[in-house]
Amino acid sequence: MIEKSLIIDILQQHKNDCTRLMDILLDLHKIQNYMDKETISVLAEELDLSRAEIEETISFYHFFSLKPRGKYNIYLTDSITANMKNRKAILEAFERECGTKINNVTPDGLLGLYTTSCIGMNDQEPAAIINDVVFTNLTPYRVKELVKGMRAGEEIKDLIYENYGDGNNADPDVESMVSNNIRKKSIVLKKDYETYTFVKSGIKKYTPTEVIKEIENSNLRGRGGAGFPTGLKWRFGSQSQGEHRVIICNADEGEPGTFKDRVLLTEYPEMVFEGMTAAAYATGSDIGVLYLRYEYTYLLKFLKRILNEMRKKNFLGKNIGGIEGFDFDIRIQLGAGAYICGEESALIESMEGKRGEPRDKPPFPVEKGYLGYPTIVNNVETLVTAVKILQNGAKWYSGFGTNDSLGTKLLSISGDCKFPGIYEVEWGTPLTEVMEMCGAEDVQAIQVGGPSGMLVSLKDLSHLNSTQLMKWYKPSGMEVAERYIDRRLSYSDLPTGGSIIIFNNQRDLLGEVVMNFMEFFIEESCGSCSTCRNMPYVMKNKLQKILDGHGVKSDIEDLLSWGKTLKASRCGLGQTAGNPILSSIFNFRHLYEKHIQSLTEYDTVFNLENSVQTYQKFVHKEPVLFHLQ
Amino acid sequence: MENQIKIVIDGREITAEKGKTILEIARENGIFIPTLCHFKGADPKANCRVCTIKINNRMMTSCTTPAADGMEIENETPELNDIRKSIIELLFVCGNHFCPTCEKSGDCELQALAYRYQMMVPRFPYDFPQKAVDSSSPKILKEQNRCISCKRCIKTIKDEKGRHYFAFKNRGNKLEVVLDPDMGMEISDKLAQIAMKNCPVGSIIYKGKGFDQPIGTRKYDKTPIGG
Repeated sequence: MIEKSLIIDILQQHKNDCTRLMDILLDLHKIQNYMDKETISVLAEELDLSRAEIEETISFYHFFSLKPRGKYNIYLTDSITANMKNRKAILEAFERECGTKINNVTPDGLLGLYTTSCIGMNDQEPAAIINDVVFTNLTPYRVKELVKGMRAGEEIKDLIYENYGDGNNADPDVESMVSNNIRKKSIVLKKDYETYTFVKSGIKKYTPTEVIKEIENSNLRGRGGAGFPTGLKWRFGSQSQGEHRVIICNADEGEPGTFKDRVLLTEYPEMVFEGMTAAAYATGSDIGVLYLRYEYTYLLKFLKRILNEMRKKNFLGKNIGGIEGFDFDIRIQLGAGAYICGEESALIESMEGKRGEPRDKPPFPVEKGYLGYPTIVNNVETLVTAVKILQNGAKWYSGFGTNDSLGTKLLSISGDCKFPGIYEVEWGTPLTEVMEMCGAEDVQAIQVGGPSGMLVSLKDLSHLNSTQLMKWYKPSGMEVAERYIDRRLSYSDLPTGGSIIIFNNQRDLLGEVVMNFMEFFIEESCGSCSTCRNMPYVMKNKLQKILDGHGVKSDIEDLLSWGKTLKASRCGLGQTAGNPILSSIFNFRHLYEKHIQSLTEYDTVFNLENSVQTYQKFVHKEPVLFHLQ
Repeated sequence: MENQIKIVIDGREITAEKGKTILEIARENGIFIPTLCHFKGADPKANCRVCTIKINNRMMTSCTTPAADGMEIENETPELNDIRKSIIELLFVCGNHFCPTCEKSGDCELQALAYRYQMMVPRFPYDFPQKAVDSSSPKILKEQNRCISCKRCIKTIKDEKGRHYFAFKNRGNKLEVVLDPDMGMEISDKLAQIAMKNCPVGSIIYKGKGFDQPIGTRKYDKTPIGG
């Protein structure tokens, strides 16, 4: 148990405010790596909650625990790219060196070994987080060194034997081996912007209404993936009444395969915060919060320093930029490991110390968000882009991209390609060009937009006639196939939050990729909706049945039809949780058909021999199976 | 007339008071929309999704969506009824619901809806998950095999300080509704009985007494749900 006085101390630092339960639990986990009954009882008593209510929050987050964890805790990412880069060997090495199986702690309590969803390092996998420090490009040999170092009781940071990464990754407040891998800069990433220009002079040029107008004219759409018009969001927020208004920057970058926000926070933090300040100025907000996913804790100290620098220059605080009454400050809220908190209303729930369960809408956050105040949640990239738009004007911005998707998009490219990393491309760029850019060859499939997006193919079918097409994509045929030709990244064709994962022809798309994505959704569902809690699991089992060779024709149709029920879920996670299976059926139906028994109508999956094995073991008797005789 | 709005449900025009949810208006007008997690008097949190309707071709939950003037709502359509039925089937296969031995049989809303949507055999394979029964409280048996995580007990059973007796635990398909171990020890007979009554299924059983009303003469035995 944690000493009671210490718990009381921490509670007082957070004013015994149960809406700050996340911070309270994060602080307590720093002292003891799990929450024991007694500690929870003290919390419950002091906060006037039941123990079950506190455990409700603890048990929701991956990095909180009700059971003892290790002195060192190793979180090995389970993203598909890690698996493609031989995660299996790394896991085996960890298990062997630690002497424990995954999701366990060594008997001496020293080493905890856990699996975790994508940690935003897809361009340098396999990677792991050990006590908040990120280790990338792991090899079995490095694992041996790491475990040896931990056994010797060394500081985890001292176990980084590599050079620090490029740019601010080497900053004294970061000191991380993570690399940025920026491969293509365009109008947003180009360092042609003198930081804080907007706070220094921009706010004197524009009125708040003009700022909103400019963003509206630029047609900027939310870069997290959903693509809601940013200007409209700001306008709605500015019109909602409330004692306070809140600007939240969503840095809970959890979609497997995205890591562009990590790079923006490392290299362009001033612009992120400036974007928040601009949004606050435009909407009359006074509270700012950066919700940072726990996996990026290694950036926390650095980001706090930037905020302090801004405060000293009066770019945050009271009467910012000399404008009377423009008060705005930013705090950083850490998450604790939950993909769903990237959904804006789940993020707000989490900020209020609760489980990250999305809210029913309406009301939307812009009307009633954090603590009931009008709240505007923007993605990191959106805010950075907004700063550039305010610098150069909406007209300049509309010179890039396509009619329905203006400007550029940051892509996080990983998987089977020579140059994984960050690419800033204009909207409307064909997928084929993206593949050329990153040196991808022998491409079988591309996951656009992460697991919640679409698994598409690159095949250029323009030379095939309709009969040949029908052969490829029976029975849906032409309609699907036509869409393959020259697919482009845009809100009307292939929208994306930026995750591009490439699979070559050696990959087992269904067994390796689709399965990994389905497991991801099962792990990360908040469980609130009956549909999303149960359906991905049921669909995954059906896919397993097909892969095991027990599938019949109707199984494919079943999957397509069952997927519809998911559309009745509350949030984007639930609604898209069937996409890995659905989009792979649409685009790679032949892979399913390969596994199907074409002559069988019905398969019970029941195997009598297997089913009597337990009986055999205990009775030491061979059963007489008449059907085998 | 300022406080009046007009909405259309399945082609039927209805005049209603402003500020109500679609479900409330439907109920007042004798239109049946199935529900499981909804509980009159408690804040709606659309967990079960069976009250899903369609507005402008978008699926919404009727228990949380405020009606607005001019809304055209689809309710009793083959598509929506099939989604509702599939949700009920999902709940059946992802729990262990054995009606013949359940104390709530005949009073159970899940069972009644399964009858209404004529569930013969679920389209999904039974999962038969391993679930525990928590009998630590002297007053309440928490039967996890039957829980559908509707949150009704969480929302409605509180002490005078506002502390909740029930809470969620874990996430995803490992989600459970649990009874607080300390508060479960001290829960009053009255509150335990209310908890049992508020549960739409037989997951909260008041200990010490079977039941007053025999199976076969209960609420949905006499009149099917939704008429």
